Amino acid sequence: MSDKKPISSVNDFVVRFANVNGSGSASANEMFARAILRHGVPVSPRNIFPSNIQGLPTWYEVRVTEAGHLGARGGVDMMVAMNPQTWDKDVAGIEPGGYLFYDSTKPMPSTKFRDDITVIGVPLTAITNSTYTDPRQRQLFKNIIYLGALSALLDMDPKLIEQLIGEQYKGKEKLLSSNVHALHLGRDWALQNLKCPLGLRIKKSDKVGDRIFIEGNSAAALGAVYGGATVCAWYPITPSSSVAEAFTAHCKKYRHDPATGQAKYAIVQGEDELASIGIVIGASWNGARAFTATSGPGISLMTEFIGLSYFAEIPAVIMNIQRAGPSTGMPTRTQQCDIIACAYASHGDTKHVLLFPEDPAEAFEFAAAAFDLAERLQTTIFLMLDLDIGMNHRLSRPLKWDDAKQYDRGKVMTAEMLEEGRDFGRYLDVDGDGIPYRTYPGTHPTKGSYFTRGTSRDRYARYSEEGSVYADNMQRLVRKFETAQDLVPRPLQANAERPTKYGVIYFGSTSPAMDEAIGLLEARGHQLDRLRIRAFPFHSSVASFLAEHDFVYVVEQNRDAQLRQLIVNENGIDPVRLVPIVHYDGTPITARYIAKTIGDHQDHLKVTPLRKAVS
Amino acid sequence: MTYIAKPKFQHPGLKKNELGYTHRDYEGKVSTLCAGCGHDSITASIIEACYELSIEPHRVAKISGIGCSSKTPDYFLGNSHGFNSVHGRMPSVLTGANLANRDLIYLGVSGDGDSASIGFGQFAHSIRRGVNMTYIVENNGVYGLTKGQFSATADRGSKSKKGVTNTDNAIDLVAIALQLGATFVARSFSGDKTQLVPLIAAAIGHKGASFIDVISPCIAFNNHAGSTKSFDYVREHNDAVNRLDVLVGRDPIAVDYAPGTVQVVEQHDGSKIALRKIDADYDPHDRLGAQTFLARHAAKGQIVTGLLYVDPDAEDLHSHLNTVETPLNTLEADALCPGSAVLDKFNASLR
Repeated sequence: MSDKKPISSVNDFVVRFANVNGSGSASANEMFARAILRHGVPVSPRNIFPSNIQGLPTWYEVRVTEAGHLGARGGVDMMVAMNPQTWDKDVAGIEPGGYLFYDSTKPMPSTKFRDDITVIGVPLTAITNSTYTDPRQRQLFKNIIYLGALSALLDMDPKLIEQLIGEQYKGKEKLLSSNVHALHLGRDWALQNLKCPLGLRIKKSDKVGDRIFIEGNSAAALGAVYGGATVCAWYPITPSSSVAEAFTAHCKKYRHDPATGQAKYAIVQGEDELASIGIVIGASWNGARAFTATSGPGISLMTEFIGLSYFAEIPAVIMNIQRAGPSTGMPTRTQQCDIIACAYASHGDTKHVLLFPEDPAEAFEFAAAAFDLAERLQTTIFLMLDLDIGMNHRLSRPLKWDDAKQYDRGKVMTAEMLEEGRDFGRYLDVDGDGIPYRTYPGTHPTKGSYFTRGTSRDRYARYSEEGSVYADNMQRLVRKFETAQDLVPRPLQANAERPTKYGVIYFGSTSPAMDEAIGLLEARGHQLDRLRIRAFPFHSSVASFLAEHDFVYVVEQNRDAQLRQLIVNENGIDPVRLVPIVHYDGTPITARYIAKTIGDHQDHLKVTPLRKAVS
Repeated sequence: MTYIAKPKFQHPGLKKNELGYTHRDYEGKVSTLCAGCGHDSITASIIEACYELSIEPHRVAKISGIGCSSKTPDYFLGNSHGFNSVHGRMPSVLTGANLANRDLIYLGVSGDGDSASIGFGQFAHSIRRGVNMTYIVENNGVYGLTKGQFSATADRGSKSKKGVTNTDNAIDLVAIALQLGATFVARSFSGDKTQLVPLIAAAIGHKGASFIDVISPCIAFNNHAGSTKSFDYVREHNDAVNRLDVLVGRDPIAVDYAPGTVQVVEQHDGSKIALRKIDADYDPHDRLGAQTFLARHAAKGQIVTGLLYVDPDAEDLHSHLNTVETPLNTLEADALCPGSAVLDKFNASLR
């Protein structure tokens, strides 16, 4: 019935599962992704889910990518349409020549299909109902049955899936065997009744290597464990809640005293974000490493305390798992939309350090580093994740830790130093780097105590409302921020093969899509140098990069080109030379989108592609 | 503006406590509040209580929010760290500080605006978590620093200095603290040092959330006729249920009173409180009874003072969280970081 040749592709296609939230599909879908990984083929899965627990549509997309492109691709080659609610849209979304997999138990009118796709009907409900009587079992095993059918259609090795089931249900023999049984029910039906395999196939490869499959939120939480966080205060908000939940799980595993069973950490679920950041500020003031995890609306609530942290110079680590705002916005959709809100959070003249990890491995590293930075700089450090990194399993290089590493607790004056007669001024810049010494409460009976306030105090923390004293302090804070430039992770530059006047700046979760887009742009003949920004304040190499290029594209996932604004503002750059490339519909940015928008812009600039000029 | 320096000389014969400290060692900067402010009397009571308890001054952390009351931690315990934080947020800052180092004594100083209005939520949640602290509200029913607006503890029907009548119902923080599970609840009056000093001392000795509401008239904006937080009004309507006459650490106490009039309360840390009963029927171990007693007297326009409730066997947040005895802020990488071998295993589990 197809009038378009079916897509034929090995280890390079996109499968999308359309399900109903709460139907138990998530674990079967995740098992599908993991099974492909076990074939040595990289995958990049993404949850597209509603702000809902049961009943609304949810999708799980698996990009199979031997080439290792971990960004979202766009387009769907095979739709596993399990949700009647979204059927029409799901069917319409399939690429011409693509495949539609559906439950054919009930006949569907031909108008519900398309002529240019291959339709694969498997009577899932009929198979399930003839095997199981319990309604809950029927629902759960239906998912495993379609997984079995897909394994046959895509030429997957069933042994590898069985192995995964074995690991998941280790010690629960009954569940293990019933899952394997369901898998083969689907697989056998497909093998007997359908032409297997399809044009889309999985072939064993060796492209996964030693990489791990992990969510960014879990990696960041583990970074907090390794980075020595002992106090965590948080308030539930999607998509950040799983950071605190993962921190709790990691701590239960790694942070109990083996002898006494006592906890070397304290986790408090606050009554709101104000309390959460207040607890963090109080704990950090008292010398513990503390953090909170939140998202945009939580940042809004925390801003008064963030200002206090800046002015009173109290360390704090805030993990912001960004999402599309506002509170009644799209909490389950991704964006990089809090750049300005965090960089300049709070009242008065404030600036804050932001870290932009690109994947779970960097989320782990930067989370741990954030505590060193917070104590070194005595200020708030934002770890800027987003839903795309935070809540999706991402193939990531393994997490690494150097056992020789000691924590940098920053400039803390001890009782011994005070006894030696060292001059202690809480806001005294003794080293010229803008960073003063602090003391922990309870350090010494007669020396080193001070009264913490915002700014109405002098270098020795004595009360003062003098204008010159205020200005002196504000200038020191600028010096401190300059010091931060050289302490935060530096930008990473990758130049095009040939010298070019064009550059592109990007950050965070845009990374995999950008890497892939560079290849697509090169194919169109456009050469671009790349700079991945990993932190704010910007290192001097950002200014150099801007100076070396006539036009620089700034790719980001928000409407107002917030990173571009920050670059223009902080570097005093002519805005015309910075071209915004923005994507903000709540879906992750794709290589196709980046390549098209930059490519079109390059064409508009009348840049003759090198290849054309030569040929 | 800067402070007037306080002269350092002192009388050579000044009395010393067990640790050899004099009163002066518990003082702070010169107060910048209005002369005659009730808050300064509370400051004096805190100094007195800490002196009597022979606390090492630097082992106290003083934390406050914003307002006249929240300025006061600068006026006592000059060798302690203090934190004048954010309006209404003292409880969260104190909670965090307490989690970081369980070995210090935490003194939270707040006002009625700070705790009953902007910080009502934080007040409530720190109490229900059982943070080991002494939470003092210096309650004058008025916003002093912003010149005389009503606060949420101002009684309905009371008049402001400008003659405006308050039509909103008042929040009684003591009633709320009892309801939320505070394990030490008291009320006192800034003008009644003999009642207040032992209450503060007992609260500091209590392991758990101690709450003291201290009525503290604002002589600038709330000490006129028609106010229910004025010196005259409180003196006329004060109904004390008991008085703490003796509070003597861990030593046995001998009190020369008629049988049945003194009640000895032994706290978790071994300290003992001797309560002289004024209202013979009042039982400070009965939370429900205290709530009823309070409501009955409030209806009659009486301000009940004294130790209203104490649970000598209270637990605190650290016991709920089962945290290690060592303060968390002293733990380093060797105790906190699981190391690379564990990480390798973690990685392996994700393939």
